Amino acid sequence: MKRLFVSLLLALPLLAGCTKKDNVIMIGEYDSLSGSDATFGLSSNKGVRLAFDEINAAGGIKGKKIELKTMDDQGKNEEAAAATTRLITQNKVVAVLGGVASGRSKAAAPIAQAKGVPFVSPASTNPDVTKIGDYVFRVCFIDPFQGSVMAKFANETLKVKKVAILRDVKNDYSVGLADAFLNDFKKRGGEIVADVSYQAGDIDFKAQLTQIRSKNPEAVYVPGYYTEVGLIAQQARQLGIKAPLMGGDGWDSDKLHEIGKEAINGNYYSNHYTVESTDPAVTEFIKKFKAKYNETPDSLAALGYDAAKILAAAIERAPDLSGKAIRDELAKTKDFPGVTGKISLNDNRDAVKSAVVIQVDGPNRKYITTVTP
Amino acid sequence: MHDFVQHLINGISLGSIYALIALGYTMVYGILKMINFAHSDVYMVGAFGAFYIARALGIQAEPGVGSLAILLISSMVICSLLGLVIERFAYRPLRNAPKLNILITAIGVSLLLEYGGQVVFGADPKVFPEVMKDFVIISFGNVELKSFDLTVLAVSVLAMIGLQFLIYKTKLGKAMRAVSANASVASLLGVNPDKIIAFTFIVGSALAGVGSVLVGMKYPKIDPLMGMMIGMKAFVAAVLGGIGNVRGAVLGALIMGLSEEMVVGYLSSTYRDALAFGILIAILIFKPAGLLGKYSVEKV
Repeated sequence: MKRLFVSLLLALPLLAGCTKKDNVIMIGEYDSLSGSDATFGLSSNKGVRLAFDEINAAGGIKGKKIELKTMDDQGKNEEAAAATTRLITQNKVVAVLGGVASGRSKAAAPIAQAKGVPFVSPASTNPDVTKIGDYVFRVCFIDPFQGSVMAKFANETLKVKKVAILRDVKNDYSVGLADAFLNDFKKRGGEIVADVSYQAGDIDFKAQLTQIRSKNPEAVYVPGYYTEVGLIAQQARQLGIKAPLMGGDGWDSDKLHEIGKEAINGNYYSNHYTVESTDPAVTEFIKKFKAKYNETPDSLAALGYDAAKILAAAIERAPDLSGKAIRDELAKTKDFPGVTGKISLNDNRDAVKSAVVIQVDGPNRKYITTVTP
Repeated sequence: MHDFVQHLINGISLGSIYALIALGYTMVYGILKMINFAHSDVYMVGAFGAFYIARALGIQAEPGVGSLAILLISSMVICSLLGLVIERFAYRPLRNAPKLNILITAIGVSLLLEYGGQVVFGADPKVFPEVMKDFVIISFGNVELKSFDLTVLAVSVLAMIGLQFLIYKTKLGKAMRAVSANASVASLLGVNPDKIIAFTFIVGSALAGVGSVLVGMKYPKIDPLMGMMIGMKAFVAAVLGGIGNVRGAVLGALIMGLSEEMVVGYLSSTYRDALAFGILIAILIFKPAGLLGKYSVEKV
């Protein structure tokens, strides 16, 4: 009996730890702070923190300060799922900001959906992510759109007819972009002369590139992550492939040209925003970001910032802090003046906005054109 | 036809890299009858060692043969020391323990290095410095033979010949073969098995060090998990050639590199890894001793 009493006594602080704090609003976030695509997660996380720091400095939401709880998913799907469960059940967050990769969002969002907690992904572009349920949102455009943007760009700006595709078959994101590009480019009368694949983690792409070289394409679409794209660009140039490479927002990292060196210069990719923009919302954001972190924000930082701001605005408008109330307000987001463009969420809870095409020029990113949906 | 020749060159180049790592697996197996799973992670540490030394010395700024020599030697030293430490503290205490214990320890050391590496070096990929310029040696049509391809092949063949010489023509090699045949009898005859085994680890790890710098030069992206897949492939190559056999390791590695390249070039990259492990299964079923391996006749 005595032992039972003691153990109850010991359990008390644990129980107390579970109760909600009244003076703060807990918001959860998981991101790849380590792992193979850590630069994505670290950037996104910086954007999120900047947004909440600003809101807290201005008095918070509904008179309460926001407290951000960030978990590291190590770039693994199962860790993202575990982090989401922990944020919801243990930290009692009112909403979850997801990480970058679509695969991880697909693992984590169903948990948030089942518990009725709103889930906002800053940068998961795979179309299936928001199909998980009505509590799942995103502030970025989706893969088919990015694929079509590059198909349109290849057709109208580069004026090429024969394109080869090199896709990462292990990656939902890469496959989604490649499929959308393939369909759209064919509809525009173009020809796909080769459609070959690699797997994330490979370091040798010579076999695929030799195959592509034999077909003489005028451009090569490589919708992968910067880690592999850098090496692919180098090996393509080594094999004498002179056609420009094109890609998606997975290229957007400072490491891209460090790995690819001069081989990556002159190639194009679609992206969410450009630092060359003259929009006051963008210049203001870049100034604040540089002041806080002493670096130039990439598009993932901008998306993290927009996701946090849109979520905060929805919480502010919601009559209470229940999952349902916040969800309903998120769904009503319209013409939100974000850094990555005017953001409206459509019936599928996806953002509708334009994309930009960027050309790599060493550490610089040259703005080429804007493509609207 | 041109494509085929290009695939051939690419495949031999890839196989040469597998060979350098496969030699380390095969040497340790030859003498200890254990698979040193940590070998591919020693290779990873070598790559990071060279990366940090290059950064400290500012080698990025001045590529050349001298810088390459510095990186090769420092990576070899780092790998040898690490190999020695692993042998001394993880494997030697288990010398008389059941085989399974030492196997599990090897896996443990491997995981320790992989995930410890993520903590120490950070998990995001690093960019290996440009130590030497890659240039074309011979070209006909659009087929090109590059200096890197030839260097890696030459280094692995030289390493194989050197090892062959060491094992069959020197006193140390005789002692290695004696320990391999029967460690306790060898010790009765005045050979110190601990010293010989430590020496084997030093040589095998140094080869991994050479491999890591060559791979870093050719594919300038290194991360703490870079040893995983290449280690598995090199291990399969060693088994294919006949584990414990030095020439077999190189032969197996070249076959692996070529067949992977051909599969990706003419079928699909999806089958690349399936092929590697398919070969492993087929070899284990039809010729368990490997292509050049004979049951307990030839050992390192």
